Amino acid sequence: MSVQLVLALSNALFAVGVYGLLTRRNAVALLLAVELLLNAAALNFVLFGRLFNQVDGQAATLFIIALAACEAVAGLAIVINLFRTAQTVDADAASLLKG
Amino acid sequence: MAAFVLFALVILTGAVWVVTLRNLFRAALSLGLVLFGVAGVFLLLEAEFLAFAQILVYVGAILTLLVFAIMLTARAPGAQPAATSPPTKYGPISPGTFGGGASRQQGPAALAAAAVFVLLTWATWRLPWPAMPADHTATLPALGQRLVTAWVLPFEVISLVFVAVITGAVAIAAPRRGRQN
Repeated sequence: MSVQLVLALSNALFAVGVYGLLTRRNAVALLLAVELLLNAAALNFVLFGRLFNQVDGQAATLFIIALAACEAVAGLAIVINLFRTAQTVDADAASLLKG
Repeated sequence: MAAFVLFALVILTGAVWVVTLRNLFRAALSLGLVLFGVAGVFLLLEAEFLAFAQILVYVGAILTLLVFAIMLTARAPGAQPAATSPPTKYGPISPGTFGGGASRQQGPAALAAAAVFVLLTWATWRLPWPAMPADHTATLPALGQRLVTAWVLPFEVISLVFVAVITGAVAIAAPRRGRQN
């Protein structure tokens, strides 16, 4: 398993996540795409930690997982509030600051 | 190597499903596929603890949360592919916006994503990477020790972040007093 192949895999995962962010309209679908981006980053951290024999890569990945959980919780709360106020989960339709 | 190819296929197939499937519930399940694949690659990279943390936290908690969000908002216009558009409080939304996978400008977006991939891979492929060391000294006790020495400040800060997020989520999502819903 070469370094380049794992890097290419995480790059592909990141690119697919970017595509999802650009094309999706549903706010929850955007959250799913963000999870893809975070996983690509986590993969790189673990790879470099293994490559340079450092445990810091795994520590950073732990923080990525924890922050992903935070992001999901905050995003869910916002989506539910948006749904309650505007009866939609379309990210483009949320154009008001106060509802 | 064979295991890596298998995991890579699982990850890429799942990722493409996550961003293209119209049914959001299926997209969330595909995200589970991706997360399992990434956990498998973690195992191959000898990060066993992270692999199981990934399954426990991502698949066990985050994915459940996202599925909850999808189910709670399933009735919303824009959540499901629908032929008719019930008018919302802010007026009707044009039919073009419907469908969980309903998207705009797929061509330019695919182009941009491909550009990101080609740029990143081109930049990293030709670098002289060292060979993967045969023995890995980053064990779980070392990780724990590192977390409470060098990483102790982020470790404490993230507890604060947890508190802030939980409080904020409750404050945002809790039903307001004096409102109909």
